[in-house]
Amino acid sequence: MPRMTDLDTQTVPTDARRAVIRDAAAIGVATGAYGVSYGAIGIAAGLSVAQTCALSLLAFTGASQFAFVGVVGGGGALVSAVATALLLGTRNAFYGLRLTSLLDPRGLRRLLTAHVVIDETTAMAVGRRTPELARLGFWATAIILFSLWNLGTLIGALAGSALGDPRVYGFDAAAPAAFLALLRPQLASRRAGAVAIAAALIAIALVPLVPVGVPVLLAGAAAVVAGLWRATNATVEENR
Amino acid sequence: MTLWTAVLLAAAGCYLLKLAGLSVPQQVLERPAVRRTAALLPVALLAALVVVQTFSSGQRLVLDARAVGLGVALAAVLLRAPFIVVVAAATVATALTRLIL
Repeated sequence: MPRMTDLDTQTVPTDARRAVIRDAAAIGVATGAYGVSYGAIGIAAGLSVAQTCALSLLAFTGASQFAFVGVVGGGGALVSAVATALLLGTRNAFYGLRLTSLLDPRGLRRLLTAHVVIDETTAMAVGRRTPELARLGFWATAIILFSLWNLGTLIGALAGSALGDPRVYGFDAAAPAAFLALLRPQLASRRAGAVAIAAALIAIALVPLVPVGVPVLLAGAAAVVAGLWRATNATVEENR
Repeated sequence: MTLWTAVLLAAAGCYLLKLAGLSVPQQVLERPAVRRTAALLPVALLAALVVVQTFSSGQRLVLDARAVGLGVALAAVLLRAPFIVVVAAATVATALTRLIL
């Protein structure tokens, strides 16, 4: 079998592409099931079916949406609901810094691409062997997940809690398991492994101390420190 | 503020955050320190998400069935199981643990 490099991206075998699409379908189904839960919680929080679905269609970022309906349902001020949603959505901006070089979105495509920059699509794009597989991972996940998340939301909003809690079926463990599996190939690098462990420790230590959403953002500092650290070393060497 | 206004504000804000990330000029992204940081950011954020989504509920640290699910997922990953097997095993293990406890 010929060795694959980043240069001959056209030679990615059909098998590899099928595997990426199958993985995208798996993550889409698990997330869609969670969309049902979001839909039901949205209605219980006092949003209309249209409002609950509008958030899935237009905000399309699960953590922010759960936070929004959580604050509204808990009787919090609408301003705090919006602020919490934005806080949780901030990590998507950081994903964009990496995705720009992988996807190279320009013009109108950039506006469309932006809408589907979320945890799952990023996780399915980074760490692929070739840029072609990275783009396939991103877009296959985007299309499948967007469809199923919105379908799930509608079903949950209409059926309410009749379908039961997706946690009973263990779907709340699907996302962390998926992210762990998708991170694995990247952890071959010692630097990335160290960053992952440091980020996990920072986040868990901060959970009781700062508002929801902030621990994950501050864990990003591990990446910044690792990125700058090498830069400092390189500068020192250049100045010698 | 009406509920609709809040819904649309949250949606617009979430979209603009995503767009902002894709709008950083290429010259900035090409700086070596920025390029290295950008490459490591998804690793850091996703690793943080794994533990936060497993071991927390709001601002509380909790140890529940999800921990069993993640443990099974880790074992499956180390055994080089396919992606679907990792996700399915974690889901089933979490559900079974809840059933038993």
